[in-house]
Amino acid sequence: MASIKMENVQKAFGKTIAVDQLNLEIKEGEFFTFLGPSGCGKTTTLRMIAGFYYPTKGVVRFGDKDMTRVPPEKRNTGMVFQNYALFPHMTVFENVAFGLRVRKVSPADLKRRVLDALQKVRLESYSDRQVSQLSGGQQQRVALARALVIEPEILLLDEPLSNLDAKLRDEMRVEILRLQRDYKITTIYVTHDQAEALSMSDRIAVFNYGVCHQVGTPTEIYNRPANDFVASFIGEINLLTVQVEKVQQDNIEVALKGSEQPIKLNVENQAREGISILQTDVDLAVSIRPEAIRILDVTEEGMNIFKGKINSVQFFGSVVNVMVDVQDVSLRVDVFNTHDFGYFYQGKEVYVQLPEKQLRLIPVISGDAP
Amino acid sequence: MIKNRDTRLTVWLLLPVALVLVAYVLYPSLRTFIESLQKDGMISLGNYQDFFVQESKTNLEALWNSVYISLLSVLVSALIGIPLAFIFNRYDFPGRSFFSSAAILPIVLPSLVGVMAFMFLYGESGLVPNAIKDLFGLDKVPFKIGGVSGILIVHAYTMYVYFYMTVSAAINKIDPSLEEAAYNLGANKFKVFWKVTFPLLTPAIVAASLLVFMISMASFSAPFFLAGGYRVLSLQIYFSKINGDMEIAATQSVILSIVSISFLLFMRWYQNRKDYRMASKGIGAHRSEVKNPFMKWVMVVTGIIGVIILLLPHFTILLLSLVPDGTWTFQTYPTVFNVENYRLLFEDPNIFKPLRNSLLMAVIATLANLVFGVIASYVLVKRKFVGKSLVDILVMIPWALPATVIGMNLIFAFNEPSVFSFGQILVGTFWILPLAYFIRHIPLVVRSTNAVLEQLDDSIEEAARNLGAKWFYTFRRVIFPIIMPGVLSGTLLAFIESVGNSRPRSCCTRFQTGPYPLKS
Repeated sequence: MASIKMENVQKAFGKTIAVDQLNLEIKEGEFFTFLGPSGCGKTTTLRMIAGFYYPTKGVVRFGDKDMTRVPPEKRNTGMVFQNYALFPHMTVFENVAFGLRVRKVSPADLKRRVLDALQKVRLESYSDRQVSQLSGGQQQRVALARALVIEPEILLLDEPLSNLDAKLRDEMRVEILRLQRDYKITTIYVTHDQAEALSMSDRIAVFNYGVCHQVGTPTEIYNRPANDFVASFIGEINLLTVQVEKVQQDNIEVALKGSEQPIKLNVENQAREGISILQTDVDLAVSIRPEAIRILDVTEEGMNIFKGKINSVQFFGSVVNVMVDVQDVSLRVDVFNTHDFGYFYQGKEVYVQLPEKQLRLIPVISGDAP
Repeated sequence: MIKNRDTRLTVWLLLPVALVLVAYVLYPSLRTFIESLQKDGMISLGNYQDFFVQESKTNLEALWNSVYISLLSVLVSALIGIPLAFIFNRYDFPGRSFFSSAAILPIVLPSLVGVMAFMFLYGESGLVPNAIKDLFGLDKVPFKIGGVSGILIVHAYTMYVYFYMTVSAAINKIDPSLEEAAYNLGANKFKVFWKVTFPLLTPAIVAASLLVFMISMASFSAPFFLAGGYRVLSLQIYFSKINGDMEIAATQSVILSIVSISFLLFMRWYQNRKDYRMASKGIGAHRSEVKNPFMKWVMVVTGIIGVIILLLPHFTILLLSLVPDGTWTFQTYPTVFNVENYRLLFEDPNIFKPLRNSLLMAVIATLANLVFGVIASYVLVKRKFVGKSLVDILVMIPWALPATVIGMNLIFAFNEPSVFSFGQILVGTFWILPLAYFIRHIPLVVRSTNAVLEQLDDSIEEAARNLGAKWFYTFRRVIFPIIMPGVLSGTLLAFIESVGNSRPRSCCTRFQTGPYPLKS
């Protein structure tokens, strides 16, 4: 088990910069996720940790050891590849035994450890099978056992569930978490699936265009996104482009373009950098999750209440998604299905309330793709 | 520093590959070219002038004959091979799998042996024409093969297999949904075939055409024995060499190379005009069963007749091997059969030695091909380095050169001591032939290994490294075992060709000591 530190890491392929100015610290035993769309640099970062790429600049450390240019075979990491990369000419047993054979483990010990690992992934009865005879989920578990049996310091998972169907994916998610807890191993998990990231991780790093935008726990990432990219990549969000009108002791007043009624924000919910951006000239947006907005039949006393008209109603089972047009903007509001949402219909006039504690002022950076 | 470790490995793998290619592919070709520029001890284009403006026009005639026989061979082989590939891969009828395996049998017959068999079967005093003559009481034989048509028949018989094999493989790789999509969009069977199926076969047909063209250009035994020394360029080279006109032989070799390489470039250009890669992976071909009982039996009967015709040369060779020397001279049919020849083969050192030499040379050449091919292919497919396309071209050159030319190149390069032959004269020694086979089969082994290595996902190698295996261990325990089947198929073909091939041999050694595949 080891902690991982990446200091000012940059990776360039020719003129393209795949990862830039990356500073990360992953704690011992942590389940850490790299999240981002494809081509964002998350797999490149993982491969720098595995040793398949060496950084163009910067340092990679495991604990205190400088691992920047150590070849992959000397890192003692266990990696599970997206396509599993099982050796097709070997049986399940031989696949799992490969790393131990390289380490010259004695035959008796080897057999015990391989069977032990296979038992942990519940494949002990499959040890003599050829890997081609296994289903996708079983192959996945062989890959896991193969990576875990060498007792690596770090477990690296590169989109391991993306080739599985939805139901198997749920099962394997639980399985991976269980194994990670069993082995108490530092784990890095690469995915583009926000549900996987939110449900499994201790902490998440969100990547886009080679830049790490935010590191935090799933709740921090979801509730207090650092900018509009993080906010919109994870979950649904309403983003309202605004201008700051007034900054007071405990609240900030902002104005929607073309609207006379200001929106008031609670200062506490703003990130420190959120306050500091008030002094610079970046574009700003107010963000609010669809489930945080209240829909009211009739107006009432309170802050941030706006009149609007229902544009569409979509039924998703547990949630009803109501689009409400307020002045020039369209707000997405998610309402729980309480079996009597029939009073929402297209064209109905309603009032929406944006609770001031749920509003967050964030910088707009999406235009800045390098 | 460690980053250099991977680079260093690439360099260590690349160096021997590049050295071998320069020494045995590039250098010999250059030597031939330089030789062709020498006339009366001076450097000039005189030899080329002689070639084209010579009064008797023999060289021009030979060049023209070579080209048109080769083009016709391509056409005839394609006309047999492609329909067969379709019939066997798209339709199901009794005995299909047996017939489809039998269809590749001509390839195991070395060209010289094939020519011999055809002469005994269908020649002037051949078994088949004479049998028909006796059966129907005719005055003279009803037909005999020889001349240009004879060459073409032998070429078609031995070379349609290349079309049959490559096109079959391509047909099986076509994603059926492509054709289904065309039907769905309203195309009829005819349209689907010409607009979808056939264009997708282009790479396979191009590859087979090249192979047939090259082999025909270098064809030696068919024009020599069957057509009584019909004037083609490969024979001209041989005669020039016998007469000691080495500069003329070099010039003829260069011109033969230019024609072959032009054909190669033309076909590449033709193929590269479009992209034929399929986005989806093949789901496996589906065969439609022939339901009509009449058609079914027509196909079976045709198949059986086809197999008999295909196998007749093989049986003839077997039959001939049982006829003792000197017992079949003026008789129409052989009368005595025994295993005398086989006894002699093992007891008479004069007969046994060439056989043993043949095998030994083929084994040496094939082993060298295996080692070189795997390393070269690994470097080309899995490693990045500057000048990759140059190495790629050098690897492919022996494929574009007719065997006769490879033989000539070796003579010019190694009839005097050089660095690359460790200061020895190789011509006339044992080693020149394994070397010739080796060079000849470089593209074959590298190509077949490339195909499997390209299929091998990089993550397999990475997984092994990640589990702690060093590069060599990974190569030995993971990569090599996986690519083995593909490598073996290429090497096996190289071995068969080395055992049976007489073409580079006839140029490099004297006839009396030459190890022939068959002594009759």
